[in-house]
Amino acid sequence: MFDWIQNLADWFVYDVLNLTKEQHLAEALNFFIYDTTKILILLFVVIFFMGIVNSYFPVDKVKNYLSRNKLYGLEYLMASLFGVVTPFCSCSSVPLFIGFVRGGIPLGVTFAFLITSPLVNEVAIGLFIGLFGLKTTLIYVVSGVLLGSISGIILQKLKLERFLKPWVKEVLENAQRDQDIFKAENKKFTARLSVIWDEVVKILKGIIPYVLVGIAIGGLMHGYIPEGFFEKYLDKNNLFAVPIATILAVPMYSNASGILPVVQVLVAKGIPLGTAIAFMMGVVGLSLPEAMLLKKVMTLRLITIFFGVVTLCIILSGYLFNLIL
Amino acid sequence: MTHIKILGTGCQKCKTLTNLVKNIVAENNIDATIEKVEDIQEIMKFSVLTTPALVINNVVALKGSIPSKEEILAFLK
Repeated sequence: MFDWIQNLADWFVYDVLNLTKEQHLAEALNFFIYDTTKILILLFVVIFFMGIVNSYFPVDKVKNYLSRNKLYGLEYLMASLFGVVTPFCSCSSVPLFIGFVRGGIPLGVTFAFLITSPLVNEVAIGLFIGLFGLKTTLIYVVSGVLLGSISGIILQKLKLERFLKPWVKEVLENAQRDQDIFKAENKKFTARLSVIWDEVVKILKGIIPYVLVGIAIGGLMHGYIPEGFFEKYLDKNNLFAVPIATILAVPMYSNASGILPVVQVLVAKGIPLGTAIAFMMGVVGLSLPEAMLLKKVMTLRLITIFFGVVTLCIILSGYLFNLIL
Repeated sequence: MTHIKILGTGCQKCKTLTNLVKNIVAENNIDATIEKVEDIQEIMKFSVLTTPALVINNVVALKGSIPSKEEILAFLK
């Protein structure tokens, strides 16, 4: 499917620039051109598709759906799935949290949404397909959704309401299911399209610099680090690799775009995929800035439990990946 | 006179939107007050789930993204 891009990259590097295949620079440049073109195309397709889905299921509708329907345990999975199609900005995490609580949605279900939304998003999916292929992407998405649901169920079982800030507890007591009437927009598809298009352009513009820098760094590493370099230090049998990778990743903050191309090169050079995915999830799923924001609604204790449970689930899925992949 | 409020808990996008609105108001000589609302309890009175949000005369005009200059201008006219 992407052969033509490889041909394009080959033509440019070996014919136009007249570099020879043995040069590190040529190899790195070839990799850079191939990767950027392919990834930008995939990102465009995925972001556009998610934009269409999101236009019909805005977050207000999701909230009302979860608030109104009794789903007999399936609500965690639903919240998690909705998290996938809802674009997430950490600056919205607090209003989202309060809105969900006010709508009478159980805390665990809200957490399921909050965990999956940044973890599995349109940018991460687009990059994943481009860098790791469809099969790995599917595994990542499914495990991200399950991770959100399971963490949500665990957090619900822990009865964490008592660790909310006092004013949030008040909101919780006055919670009403389905109190806002959401006016669904009855726009035609063509009318939505221009809005979606603007949004796609906006997202792409925002992430392109990160993607380019990420791929450039990846390209350099690709050309200069020998194959299997990391296997010596981080092989599958090293039990500490997954937890260390995850714990290193949690305080880091990146919107997935910068870090993914680098992770892909690490995998190509011998880091086990499970370890790499755990690292990825730690980077995009949890971050210090998000913790700071959540302090407005949660006590430090609750944030610690929240991050602890999610970190633990990420570590476990890292081990699982290393076993099955 | 138009009362403009920008709701946001203090992230980069909210700052961008505030500056954008300030510029537009100044450039077009619009008679308006601009207020940045950062207090989350105050923000939640408007029932928004996503920020930044643009509130004009106490009605939520836009939420969750940074609108273009033209869009903002259309709301202010």
